[in-house]
Amino acid sequence: MSAKGAVEPMATPILEAEGLTMRFGGLTAVDAVSFTALQRDITAIIGPNGAGKTTMFNCITGFYRPTGGALRLMRDGAPVDLQRLPGHRIARAGVARTFQNIRLFPGMTALENLLVAQHNTLMAATGFGIGGLIGLPGYRRAERLAIEKATHWLEATGLIERADDPAGALPYGQQRRLEIARAMCTDPVLLCLDEPAAGLNPRESDELGVLLRAIRDGGCSILLIEHDMGVVMGISDRIVVLDHGKKIADGTPAAIRADTRVIAAYLGEGDEA
Amino acid sequence: MAYALQQLINGISLGMIYGLIAVGYTMVYGIIGMINFAHGDIFMVGAFVALISIVMLVSGGIMDGPAAILIVLLVSMCVTALYGWTVERIAYRPLRGSFRLAPLISAIGMSIVLQNYMQVAQGARVKPIEPLLPGGIEVMEAQGFAVQFSYMQMLIIAVTLGVLGIFTYLVTRTPLGRAMRACEQDRKMASLLGINTDRTISLTFVIGAALAAVAGSMYLLRYGVIDFYIGFLAGVKAFTAAVLGGIGSLPGAVLGGLLIGLIETFWSAYFSVQYKDVAAFSILVLVLIFMPTGLLGRAEVEKV
Amino acid sequence: MTGEVAAITMANRPSVTAAAMKDAAITALVAAGLFIPIVGLRTDVGADGALMIRQRWADVAILVLIAFFGRLGLVTWRGLRGEAKPRTAARTEVLRRAGTFVAPLLLGAAVVLPFIPGTGRYELDLGILVLTYVMLGWGLNIVVGLAGLLDLGYVAFYAVGAYSYALLATTFGLSFWVCLPLAGILAAFWGILLGFPVLRLRGDYLAIVTLAFGEIIRVVLINWVSLTGGPNGITGIPRPSFFGLPFSMSGEPDTFAGFFGIEPSPVHRVIFLYYLILILALLTNWVSIRMRRQPLGRAWEALREDEIACRALGINVTNTKLTAFAMGAMFGGFAGAFFATRQGFISPESFTFIESAIILAIVVLGGMGSQIGIAIAALVMIGGFELFRDLDEYRMLVFGGAMVLIMVVRPRGLVGSRTPTVALGARRAIGAEHVGEGRG
Repeated sequence: MSAKGAVEPMATPILEAEGLTMRFGGLTAVDAVSFTALQRDITAIIGPNGAGKTTMFNCITGFYRPTGGALRLMRDGAPVDLQRLPGHRIARAGVARTFQNIRLFPGMTALENLLVAQHNTLMAATGFGIGGLIGLPGYRRAERLAIEKATHWLEATGLIERADDPAGALPYGQQRRLEIARAMCTDPVLLCLDEPAAGLNPRESDELGVLLRAIRDGGCSILLIEHDMGVVMGISDRIVVLDHGKKIADGTPAAIRADTRVIAAYLGEGDEA
Repeated sequence: MAYALQQLINGISLGMIYGLIAVGYTMVYGIIGMINFAHGDIFMVGAFVALISIVMLVSGGIMDGPAAILIVLLVSMCVTALYGWTVERIAYRPLRGSFRLAPLISAIGMSIVLQNYMQVAQGARVKPIEPLLPGGIEVMEAQGFAVQFSYMQMLIIAVTLGVLGIFTYLVTRTPLGRAMRACEQDRKMASLLGINTDRTISLTFVIGAALAAVAGSMYLLRYGVIDFYIGFLAGVKAFTAAVLGGIGSLPGAVLGGLLIGLIETFWSAYFSVQYKDVAAFSILVLVLIFMPTGLLGRAEVEKV
Repeated sequence: MTGEVAAITMANRPSVTAAAMKDAAITALVAAGLFIPIVGLRTDVGADGALMIRQRWADVAILVLIAFFGRLGLVTWRGLRGEAKPRTAARTEVLRRAGTFVAPLLLGAAVVLPFIPGTGRYELDLGILVLTYVMLGWGLNIVVGLAGLLDLGYVAFYAVGAYSYALLATTFGLSFWVCLPLAGILAAFWGILLGFPVLRLRGDYLAIVTLAFGEIIRVVLINWVSLTGGPNGITGIPRPSFFGLPFSMSGEPDTFAGFFGIEPSPVHRVIFLYYLILILALLTNWVSIRMRRQPLGRAWEALREDEIACRALGINVTNTKLTAFAMGAMFGGFAGAFFATRQGFISPESFTFIESAIILAIVVLGGMGSQIGIAIAALVMIGGFELFRDLDEYRMLVFGGAMVLIMVVRPRGLVGSRTPTVALGARRAIGAEHVGEGRG
């Protein structure tokens, strides 16, 4: 980790949140939070229950429209204003996500799940559905490439043996990894993971850490919410701490560990300590 | 003005009937999350039982207004409740916890069965009866138009309010109502807490059918003519009412029923009778587009 | 171990029978409660115009006895059979394998049907009817089975197709072959028009709105007399010609029989219509199967499985639903145009809610998403319905009862499993327990 910090001469941001605010009626779940996630970093958002982590996450991934503030995604050097895009456009802009309570397509095979993720690329190749119907060669090529990419991610997540099994029949840990593979098939620049280690045993958590680092080293930045402090401290390059909707700390794992406010707000209250 | 007042009276009495049926839809939807498509036909069965008991009473020489109506209501409620119970037992209980569309298809099948059963058993011809409670009072007269508030309409409003009052008491104040609400929230948890969910669901159907029977009896007494097919349209409109009010919400069902009744009556009075069904359905479509959870429905929070 | 179980069962048997008797007695009591007022007391309009009661206690007694013995038999049979065996993946596999040769068999039979000796006008008409429902089922399956959108108003698009053809043909004199695509396009257009505002509604709301649309269209057809002829419908719709050669009894050279030098016969047109609907149905089938292997079709199935996940993957949910809705509507429109040309007469009566219900029932009974299942369901439901034609007024009663019975016995339909659209290795059927049912 420290080695990585050293070889990072210029820290380009991938996501900038500025004064992000989300209100539900009278309740302010996220209150003017600003932070920056850097490119090729694993950024973790932590905080005690009800701190507004998931709400913020849903704003970033387009499931909620923030009440105020700005969210800028840097893609190829140009900023994209995420808060203005409709839900499905956010994924096309390069933000992929997984869900806390896994949302796969259970009746479709692992491979099919990964092909659905490449929907937009494939649709463009089929001439929006018509070309493929008559069997144009362009589509076949696109599909072959799509299957290759899916195979690559199935191998990377160790699921190649299960490619033709329905996603709903996979054990829990494999479903988590398949969901990450599916998100990666959308070619994201920012991968957002909602409690990826929830329900995993220690060995699976370790494997997850390895996978996430490999994804980061492949060029995709990662933003994650996590409760498992072991996972967070072990793999994050940077940690943002929320409490009651406000940001209370932001820094490297070592700095966070030493931060008294964090200890008071989180580690003191939580049972992880 | 007088004309509008008359339409208001007509609309409310029609809306009360829709509301009573809508309560049955909304209760069943709330508790097991299915559209009980056969409910409209349960209403029709209620109307037929009322018809048969009226004819029996007349041939037995009992014609005394209020007592006769009370007997008719009670008989209709009991027999129709039995039909409601049987329908649930045969067509829905075996499908509990299964595929979502299976009970819907089964319900459509049951609706076909009930309609054709009634056609076979009671004949396809329309059944007219003599008005049991003729007359009314003249509320006001303006520009040569007399506003009539018939005894029958008063009866419908009074009976509906009375029945709904009893029903509200049942749902909010009794152990049965508590069990029903518990099943609505979380059926598995309710059964873990020792609630007999099968029995609670059965009772839901029984109560819904009894309310539909009241609606059927009122319909018969008000319009004086029924046939085996009245259940379909009344059912669709009552379901529309339930959705309009926010499905799952009991006050919403009554409110939705009243609105549908009023819309239909006013539309027929001022625009065109032919398109009155279109009016009701169009309102439904508009409400759903702009208020997807209905008027009093709980907003469905999209859990991510 | 086995002996022990057997001994317990043996020991339990007398009490099972006693329980069965009690159960049957209760059933009989309920049946009596149900049938005494409705069946026992028949109301009829008497000579003086007032209603009078006719008593029919024998009928009630028979029905109650049937209920008693039926229940007794059912309970005893269940007791003897023991616990129901859970359906295994192996069984799914066997069914799928059976499907692979049933499908070509059925197709072969459908192709040669007009030439099988003994096939007359009646059999062909029945074949046309069944195939129309097969096509409608396949069309609706795109919406319900693949995309998981519950559509209770499918008949609206059937009606749009039929009226489009009828009006275009009678007003502008356009030929069937010009009108057929137009009818499909118009139906698809209506599908988009109606679908656009409502497709963001979920689940049962969508169901009731589509039902409302179906009814609205029917009411408009009844009341817009100047355009649609109102309840009387449209008559004199041109019959189809064999690519310009009319089917006529005259035997002139410019008729079908004259051109091919064969004896003119009224059956020619029926055979032609039969093959026409067969081709249209197969087209629907071909497009559905191909669409499933396309990104769009995969997105439909993904929508059925999990809409929120689709959104997170950048799929435009509304547009994807609209394409499914429009494509389903288009095939409904084709079928409608065919219906109009076959009948030569259409009226709003043919497009009631019950038609939508029957088509939906075919899709669900067949097993949502399964092409062969739907074909078999249409054959059983529509063909079976014809078989019971002697039952007259009891026919719909039996029909509805069969719907309930099939659902209770097989809630996931005949073929509930799903075949993957793509595989690295061998394709294995996916058991019904994993396949989603859609919420929209």
